[in-house]
Amino acid sequence: MKTTSTNAGILPSRQAVVYAGDYLNKLAGEQIERECRIRLQEGCDELVVNFSQTELVNSIGISILLGIIDSASNQGAKVVFSDVKQETVELFDLLGVTKHADVEIKDRLQQRLW
Amino acid sequence: MAEERHKLVHTFGALAELGQEVSSKPNFHETMRTSLHLLLGSLAIMRGGVAGYSRFGHELNMLATRGFGEDFPLTLALCQEDERQFLGNGLYPIEISQAKVLPFFQIYDHSFENSALELFVPLVVHEEMVGAVFLGSKATGEPYTSYDREIVCAMARHIGVAIAQRNMMAELERRADENRKLYENLRMTYNDTVKAFAAAIDRKDKYTEGHSVRVGKYSEIIASELGWSEQEIEGAAVAGYLHDVGKITVERKIINAPYRINAKESTELNKHPRVGYEILMPINHPYADVPLAAKYHHERIDGRGYPDGLHDREIPYIAKIVNLADSFDAMTTDRPYKRRRPVNEVFDDLQRNAGKQFEPQIVTSFFRGMYNELTGEAKEKRFRRLLGREFMETEGMIPMLRSSLNAMTPTSPLTFVALD
Repeated sequence: MKTTSTNAGILPSRQAVVYAGDYLNKLAGEQIERECRIRLQEGCDELVVNFSQTELVNSIGISILLGIIDSASNQGAKVVFSDVKQETVELFDLLGVTKHADVEIKDRLQQRLW
Repeated sequence: MAEERHKLVHTFGALAELGQEVSSKPNFHETMRTSLHLLLGSLAIMRGGVAGYSRFGHELNMLATRGFGEDFPLTLALCQEDERQFLGNGLYPIEISQAKVLPFFQIYDHSFENSALELFVPLVVHEEMVGAVFLGSKATGEPYTSYDREIVCAMARHIGVAIAQRNMMAELERRADENRKLYENLRMTYNDTVKAFAAAIDRKDKYTEGHSVRVGKYSEIIASELGWSEQEIEGAAVAGYLHDVGKITVERKIINAPYRINAKESTELNKHPRVGYEILMPINHPYADVPLAAKYHHERIDGRGYPDGLHDREIPYIAKIVNLADSFDAMTTDRPYKRRRPVNEVFDDLQRNAGKQFEPQIVTSFFRGMYNELTGEAKEKRFRRLLGREFMETEGMIPMLRSSLNAMTPTSPLTFVALD
C-alpha cells in the first residue's frame, strides 16, 4: 500500500516508492537521492521513483536520477521510474537513462488531465 | 530530427542555467555542486567531479563529486610537467586513456579506473590553471562525440570562470585584511607617538605634568558623551593630547613662572596655538581637525579669545571641546601661581561661562558624563581615574551637578529634575 502522507515509504514486497515532486530539478533534489539511499540501506530491492507530481525534468534532475541509479546498482537493487510523462520518457531515452531503469509511462488520459 | 531538437533544448537549457548559476549564487560550494549536476545532467554522464587548483600547493582539491568511490582522493598532486602540459592543452577535454604518459595519470590511474573516468578537462582561465573537471562515461555507454566535447568545454569554461572569480575575491579579501592589519598597526604607532609627544610636552612644566594627557582624556569623554563615532572620539583624544605642542618653543621660565606672567611674557606664551598649528599642519594626521584644535583651543564663543578672536560658529567644534577640557584641567590642578579651585567654584565657572567662553552643549555633555558616573549609570570610572577619589567624593557633588545640569537645560524638564 502506498502512502501519500509522506514522500516515501517501504512496501511489503521490499519495494520503496519515492515521489520526485518538483524538488528534483533543484539542488534540494539531493534530498530525494539521500532518501533513496536510506531506503536502499534499509533493504529495499526495488526503488520506484514516482513522477506523478513532476512536470518536467531538467539537467539537475537527470544528474540526481543518475545518482539514484548508481546507488541502486551498487546495492543490486532495481530502479523503476513510474508515472512518467511521454515527453520525459523521450528525454530519458535520448540520454540513455532508460538503459539503467525501467520506465512506466503515465497513461494518456491521466496525461491529458495533468 | 525531433530527437536532435529535444537534445539541443535540454543541453542549452543546462548551459543557460549554468550561466545564471555562476553569476548569481553567493554560496560558492553550492554553485559548484549545482554546476556539476548541470554538467553531468546535460549529457547524462554517470559520474564526475570538479576540483579547484592550488598554485602554491600544486594540487587539485575536489570541490564537488558525484558517484566517485570513497577511496577517490580528495586532493590530487600535480608535478611541474603535468601543470605545463595542462596549461599547454588549455580548456579542452583530455582522454584519460590516451594521456597515461603524464605522471598525474600514472599516479592516480587506479582511482580513475575505479571511478570509470573517461575525460579530464583542465580549467585554464586567462592562461592560468584554476581547476579541473573529471567526467565518467555517458549513460548511453557511447563515446563522447565532438558535439559532446563542445558542450563540455562550454560548461567547463563557466565553471572555470566561477572558480577564477572566487580565487580573485579570496585574494582581494586577503589583501584587504592585510591592509586592515597594516592600518591598525599604523594607527597604533601614531597613537603611541602622539602619547609620547604629549608626555614630552608636559615634561617642560613640572606643574602641568600630565596636563596634555588629561586634556586628551577629557576631550575623549566629551566626544563620547556627544555620541561621536569611535574614530571621531579617537580624533578628539589626539587633538587634546597635542593641543599644547606649540609650547615646546616657549621658554621654560615663562611656562614655569611661579607668578602671574607680565604682558611681554604673555604675548610670548600666547603664540603657542599658532606655533602648534604650524608644527601639526604638515603632518598627515588620520584626523583632519587636529592642527585646528591646537590653533583655536584658546578662542572663546564671545570672540574674546586668541589668536584670531573668532566667534562661536567660526571656531571649529573640536577646538571648543579641547578648550573646555583644557580649562577644566587648569581649574582642577595646582599651578605655580594658583591652587586648584574647589569643586563648587569649578562648576559655577563652567556654568557661568557657558555661551561666553564655552559651547553650552559641550558643558552639558561634560556635566552629564560626570553625573552618570557618580550615579552609577555609567560603569566606567573615567573621571575618577583623572580627578582622584577626593574630588569625586566631594560632599554634595551629585546635587551640585544636577543643579548645574538643570540650569544648563532649562527647557528640558524631563531630565535631571531634583528628586531628593
